[in-house]
Amino acid sequence: MFSNRMINILIPVLSVLLGLAAGAVIMLIFGYNPVDGFAALWRGAFGDSYFFGETIRQVTPYILSGLAVAFALRSGLLNIGVEGQVFAGWLASVWIGISFELPMAVHLPLAIAAAALAGAVWGFIPGLLKAKLGVHEVIVTIMMNYIALYVTNAVIRNLLTDGADRTENIAATASLKSEWLAQMTFYSRIHYGFIIALAMAGVMWFILNRTTKGFELRAVGFNQHASNYAGMNVGRNIITAMVISGAFAGLAGAMEGLGTFGFMSIKSGFTNIGFDGIAVALLGANTAVGVVLAAFLFGILKIGALNMPTEAGVPTELVEIIIALIIFFVASSYMIRWVLLRFKKEGK
Amino acid sequence: MLKSRFLMVFVLLVTLGMILAACGSSDNEESTGGDSGESSGSEDSGGDSGSGDFSVAMVTDVGGVDDKSFNQSAWEGLQAFGEENGMSKGEGIDYAQSESDADYATNLNRLVRQDYNLIFGIGYLLQPAIKEVAGQYPDTSFALVDSVQEGDNIASIVFKEHQGSFLAGVAAAKKTQSNQIGFIGGVDGSLINKFEAGFVAGVKSVNADIDVEIEYAENFNDPEKGRALASNMYSKGVDVIYHASGGTGNGVFAEAKDLKNANPDEDVWVIGVDRDQHEEGQIGDANVTLTSMVKRVDIAVQDVSEQAMNGEFPGGEVIEYGLEDDAISIAETNEEAMTEEIRSSVNEWKEKIINGDVEVPSTREELESFVDAL
Repeated sequence: MFSNRMINILIPVLSVLLGLAAGAVIMLIFGYNPVDGFAALWRGAFGDSYFFGETIRQVTPYILSGLAVAFALRSGLLNIGVEGQVFAGWLASVWIGISFELPMAVHLPLAIAAAALAGAVWGFIPGLLKAKLGVHEVIVTIMMNYIALYVTNAVIRNLLTDGADRTENIAATASLKSEWLAQMTFYSRIHYGFIIALAMAGVMWFILNRTTKGFELRAVGFNQHASNYAGMNVGRNIITAMVISGAFAGLAGAMEGLGTFGFMSIKSGFTNIGFDGIAVALLGANTAVGVVLAAFLFGILKIGALNMPTEAGVPTELVEIIIALIIFFVASSYMIRWVLLRFKKEGK
Repeated sequence: MLKSRFLMVFVLLVTLGMILAACGSSDNEESTGGDSGESSGSEDSGGDSGSGDFSVAMVTDVGGVDDKSFNQSAWEGLQAFGEENGMSKGEGIDYAQSESDADYATNLNRLVRQDYNLIFGIGYLLQPAIKEVAGQYPDTSFALVDSVQEGDNIASIVFKEHQGSFLAGVAAAKKTQSNQIGFIGGVDGSLINKFEAGFVAGVKSVNADIDVEIEYAENFNDPEKGRALASNMYSKGVDVIYHASGGTGNGVFAEAKDLKNANPDEDVWVIGVDRDQHEEGQIGDANVTLTSMVKRVDIAVQDVSEQAMNGEFPGGEVIEYGLEDDAISIAETNEEAMTEEIRSSVNEWKEKIINGDVEVPSTREELESFVDAL
């Protein structure tokens, strides 16, 4: 009745349902009406085309940051540094966007490519350290996040502007903004980046499942020693994985820089796009399709949550709790698997 | 085998999609159908319970509505306005909190769509979002606190913080014994530079030989950083620190209180900002808060709301609140620390500023020429 594959799909779905149910219980305990709360959440994300556009806008970087984490995880690497790579990509895209005057056909691709490259470089460093010196990538990437945050702030303040706290707006030729999409959605900030994000999901699936390199990457992810024994260059594969992962993350930054905002301001803390990407990848079981679906869920929850306080009086923090619970249930998938298998046996 | 599995996944996804889509459309219909019932219900109650059809809302910056600083102050002003006009939260007045920079535009848009007549953006961080949204909805009135944005439907509310900071500088200069004074700013930018310039000018006006050490935390919400900066300053001999750094300043208070606790005879003082931060400085019977540069965002919010309700919304104008409106003032809650001498001196300078005898600098350039002229 339950094949392995079915269980792999059922676990995230059940986790989401359990998370939402637990959220409802918490709302009840604190005296809020869960039906009103979830209705407000739903209307906040899909209520009209403006909110739908905003939801898509939020989903876009989540897909890319989720892909970045998932890609590295498939190769056995935990890339906590997506956040920093997002910063690198965001900065690079805005930098190109404000400093050149070029026709759109050149400017926009250049800005996007610069973002991917910047993210890739930021991923390359921990990859290199891991491959050559065996330094654990988690530690290096966490440190690289802080370096990215502060370097970005310094660059904005001292190089891109004269002591101001945000850059100028990027030239229209480098913008992903779309007049007609915005008009269709009552001026939401939806932009063409969404297409890039979906295309990248396709790219990830293709690389991992249809190329020799992808096979090697996955093999390294399963067992480094066996891969080494089979004649694969483990070190090079680690670096490749981090570079591609970083490039995805850099693109997520470009979505913010060229699409949502059109500028970059001094950040006093992390954007959480990268950290949420870890959750997205986990929920999406590190597959391209899963990541896209999980990114949708997170985008809906984040944007819809903003509507909960005004419409239903439920604090937005509750949505954070629900997200955390969903992750908890995904992480404790062993428990769900055990219960499912129990059912399976009894079914027989 | 593999193919059939793929097929199964595909079918599952399609079904899931269809279920979601079905939910979506039915819920959408419901919400459009229920729109007139539900959301207009809240609008009606919002409008009618108040005076006529007028309703006001505000969008906080990332500090949130309980930041013990200007977001909270703005909401208090809105509540006071609501009380006078028989409105309460959700009924004529409301706020939306922002969790990140990306939420400003979404929140502003949401409130426009809920048909609020006047929407406040609290804090200069909302300036790009206000510019964008106000351009898209010319029929809604917006007010931006702490920053200036041109537009016929935007009122810009700014404060003469440099004047208040000047008086804080006078108080600090009178209080210091080591002739070393510190300034800790939130984020280095034109707004906080106003505090810095006014403060340094105030100190130098009393005694040009006093050193003012200036540091920025580059964050309005990092008490740890504030604490580290304060600890560094106090250990170098600074005895009065003026912080203009929102939540970061809580760390400054924590450090000063620790020092006071370890050695009650040590003279360490903090000058608070935005609200009277007397409570933050209380430790046992002592209090490290010398005074606070009080900025009455609530008065401004209430004032502009009333003007808008009476049909006199100051669109396109820049409204400056200063000492003469009592929107900027120096707290005198700590009577023990604010001696008679300091108080009279502060009042003396206050008169001079109001009379126009003293032109308080508001930028670093102006400060330079101000100090040179001394």
